[in-house]
Amino acid sequence: MTRTFLTQNRSVFWFLLALGIFALIVTVLSEAAGNGMISTSFVKTLGKTLCLMLVAVAMDVVWGYTGILSLGHMAFFGLGGYMIGMWLMYARTEIIVTESLLAAAIPPTPQEIHDSIGTQIFGVVGSSEFPAVWIFAHSFWLQIAMVVLVPGLLALVFGWLAFRSRVTGVYLSILTQAMTLALSLYLFQNESGLRGNNGLSGLQNLPGLDDVPQATLSIAFFWASAVALGLGYVLFAWVTSGKFGSVIRGIRDNESRVRFLGYHVEGYKLFVFTLTGIVAGIAGALYYPQAGIINPNEIAPIASIYLAVWVAIGGRGRLYGAALGAAFVSLLSSWFTSGAVPSVPLGFYTIQWTDWWLVLLGVSFVAVTLLAPKGIGGLFDLVTTRHPVPERIGDFGPDKGARRTVEGEEEK
Amino acid sequence: MLRALFLALALILGLCLPASRAVAQDAGQDLQAILQTHAEEVASPGRRSVGTVIDALTASGLPGVPLFLERWADRSVYQRSGDGLFYYAEKQGNEYALSDIATGEAAGTAPASEMTEIRPNGGVRRVIGTALVQFQLSDPDIARRTAALDAISRSPEADQLEPLRNSIEGETDAGLLARKERLVGMLAARYGDTQEARIAAIEALSDAIAVDVRAVLNQILTTRPGVAAELPEGANIARTLTPGDDLTEAEAYAQLVEAGLAPAAQTPAQIKAALTDNIDGGSVGGVPIGQLATEAGRDRAYAALADAGTVPARVTEDDVETALASHVFYEEYTESDSAITDAAREALDEIETRVALNQALDLGLDALSLASIYFLAAIGLAITFGVMGVINMAHGEFIMMGAYTGYVVQQIIPDYTLSLIVALPLAFAVTFGAGVAMERLVIRWLYHRPLETLLATFGISIALQQLAKNIFGTQARPLTSPSWLDGAWVINDVVSIANIRIAIFVLALIFLGLILFVLNKTRLGLEVRAVTQNPGMAASMGINPDKINMLTFGLGSGIAGIAGVAIGLYAKVTSEMGADYIVQSFMTVVVGGVGNVWGTLAGAGLIGILQKGIEFFNPSNTLAAQTYMILFIILFIQFRPKGIVALKGRAAGD
Repeated sequence: MTRTFLTQNRSVFWFLLALGIFALIVTVLSEAAGNGMISTSFVKTLGKTLCLMLVAVAMDVVWGYTGILSLGHMAFFGLGGYMIGMWLMYARTEIIVTESLLAAAIPPTPQEIHDSIGTQIFGVVGSSEFPAVWIFAHSFWLQIAMVVLVPGLLALVFGWLAFRSRVTGVYLSILTQAMTLALSLYLFQNESGLRGNNGLSGLQNLPGLDDVPQATLSIAFFWASAVALGLGYVLFAWVTSGKFGSVIRGIRDNESRVRFLGYHVEGYKLFVFTLTGIVAGIAGALYYPQAGIINPNEIAPIASIYLAVWVAIGGRGRLYGAALGAAFVSLLSSWFTSGAVPSVPLGFYTIQWTDWWLVLLGVSFVAVTLLAPKGIGGLFDLVTTRHPVPERIGDFGPDKGARRTVEGEEEK
Repeated sequence: MLRALFLALALILGLCLPASRAVAQDAGQDLQAILQTHAEEVASPGRRSVGTVIDALTASGLPGVPLFLERWADRSVYQRSGDGLFYYAEKQGNEYALSDIATGEAAGTAPASEMTEIRPNGGVRRVIGTALVQFQLSDPDIARRTAALDAISRSPEADQLEPLRNSIEGETDAGLLARKERLVGMLAARYGDTQEARIAAIEALSDAIAVDVRAVLNQILTTRPGVAAELPEGANIARTLTPGDDLTEAEAYAQLVEAGLAPAAQTPAQIKAALTDNIDGGSVGGVPIGQLATEAGRDRAYAALADAGTVPARVTEDDVETALASHVFYEEYTESDSAITDAAREALDEIETRVALNQALDLGLDALSLASIYFLAAIGLAITFGVMGVINMAHGEFIMMGAYTGYVVQQIIPDYTLSLIVALPLAFAVTFGAGVAMERLVIRWLYHRPLETLLATFGISIALQQLAKNIFGTQARPLTSPSWLDGAWVINDVVSIANIRIAIFVLALIFLGLILFVLNKTRLGLEVRAVTQNPGMAASMGINPDKINMLTFGLGSGIAGIAGVAIGLYAKVTSEMGADYIVQSFMTVVVGGVGNVWGTLAGAGLIGILQKGIEFFNPSNTLAAQTYMILFIILFIQFRPKGIVALKGRAAGD
């Protein structure tokens, strides 16, 4: 029996179908193209959620499939956002500055325009010179290339250093967390050339598209995010299926054994780490124009830990689980912190959910880890008979260790 | 001729005689008598004549003299026109209340018309002030002497040198004597009479280290920038500057312009303004406005305007370069004597070497204290993570719980020392309990899933953080240290360390000893090590691994609580204080080497020294220091993946 990609990965079909239907429904209900039941700001929230789902899927490939608990993928996400933000800010300031300079009696020289863009952007950190990192900011295509290259190179170099010296497990997690911390501390400095703790702002205004209402822009970005998520899902489903998928799952379960079988474990890990880093960067580049502002806080280690929380709650080791976890937790989080949830009066104390939401999240997260390690994705096992790992018939090999389906299951 | 000579001689004799007689009779005289002898000079003092009065007063040694000098300068001495006697007077209505100059007792009143205020001018008052300094410097009251010295060191003047020098002899207090001698040295270096005296004084200063001595030397070495076609003859040149190396070409040219040696260069903005002013029907100087959007077009238009004489000629790059090449830029000492500046430079160099050494020592102390803070924060982790292998992201929150325990205890027990004594064991108890509860409820189910332990404990960490925020609010809470921990141990002007840091260092040492003792010398330690190495075998030997794990985790958490009290004393208590230390703590354990208390010590030492070392090169930017430190650690792990103190053999566990 020949097995096609889709029959092998049933979830791809269902995921794309659900995503398509969801996107159509949102479009029909939006202000721009439909009856306006969903406000523009909520369309933006949904669009951002799609980007978070994409980075969660990438995280799942790194963690759930390859067993690397990276606490640095939100740093790649943020870097992607910074890269696109640089172009957005430069191009938009250029339009504004050129307009104001054209009002003068003498037309401006290119140098004058460049200088006053610098003054506009960096006045807030007391400078007017363009730092070296902005060298490509004037060009959309070069900066788009940076969206892919900068997170990709960082992931490549960091991954190469870390995997080469065989740092694994929790040590690697701590190391990635340190990398994230170092990056965010670096960006917090004004000398970093990215406006220190002010970050980049005004990103929701696309240069040259001032006439287009935000409602239309939001739905356009929503669709772009949906397409990116769909493509990313297919890409990662393809990567994790087949022989490559088997090898990285093998690395997750017992790295030494895979190495002894002759696979170049470091190469596989590095590939997965870098690829997911790039996808995280792209997701960030789609997220921040919708968010409108990016600053170094977004890169702080806590963000990457939340990413791991989403994936864990959604269910590791299945792509749709990670995507659902990200959507579920981040939407729930914004609902709880918005203050829209009614308070619970206990007589002696009233529970304000804006104050208690993090406590609830922390406790329920611990509960999920202890009681339901499969997360939300595990619910699908109840309705479908098809398990992700088919039952083997016959001998399992020398011991139970040969059929571990869950990462970290005890080897007796 | 002879007559004239005789007359002059008589005149001089006549002038001198009363003075010499007065001096001779001073011993038995009172102040009023001396003043009467010099009545004219006292009543209308001039800068020249006042000297004789002051000399006479000084020589008399009467106790009322300093007060009189003070009042004299303050314009509260009056002369009564009737008998010419001097009084201190205070205006009361139309009359003056008089008091006797010698005794200070009330001496009746006098109508305003009879009294003349004595008004010494500024020059005279300065002379009086100098004389007064001498009195103050030898005042029997030590507080006044100290005040006078303070005043001098605040604003040193040339004429204070003599009185200061004179006052040294009678000084009885050893501390003040030393201060006086130092001040004399510093004043002599700046205001000494002869070149030799100044050089000698400067050389004597070179074995000091204090800030004020360095300030004196820097004052002597003050320079002013200069520019000329050639180096001026006879000037005391500090150094010549090369444009492009020592100062930018723009700065150098600006200096030329300021000295009037070159025309000012036009900035692009000025050129643009000039062009805008001269727009003439769609073109400037014959160049259409549309072409002014390039540098070349603007240059052409400006050149045309300059040719027509409407604007000054453009200063080109070449002009600037020739102007710079034909002038020398230099720095010139304000002190003209090169022997003195050389001596001062030499002395300053010597001092700076010593200051650098002391700074290194100070940096070492800082690094040691930072290392002990990291060690305290990480030592609990060294047990839970290092020995047990449990990664506890809530460790930082245990530190926070300890600090808040200290805060709550201080609210109940107002005495800071007592509350600290109560808080330390109580913090241990609270976090020990929290640690045991966490181990029982969460961690023991996850011993074989380390990554999930990380995440579950992180969940606990955010819950605890938010809980602390809900209870104590978001603002920082003070944890006040007892007064005997305030202040600092000051070794000299450069080296000092706060007492609280010493206390933390001592606490870290105590914990190091305690942990080593518990792990290596007690039954509990033996069982902990056994369970860590092989739980199954340990269980077969009659050890209960569950109980041991629980106790070990409790111990590690309890130490975090005590560290929290110590860190709270030194920093602020907030709900996020734990999060600030958690990454550094893990770094400390990982860099030092997992599973070894000595490793944690080495890791804390390395990170502390490193961070202070990097901060030394860029003191304004602690963020950069942290960034570079983390990068260094990432690289360090490349070369020693198992940390500084790597366990070998069976103990390594793999």
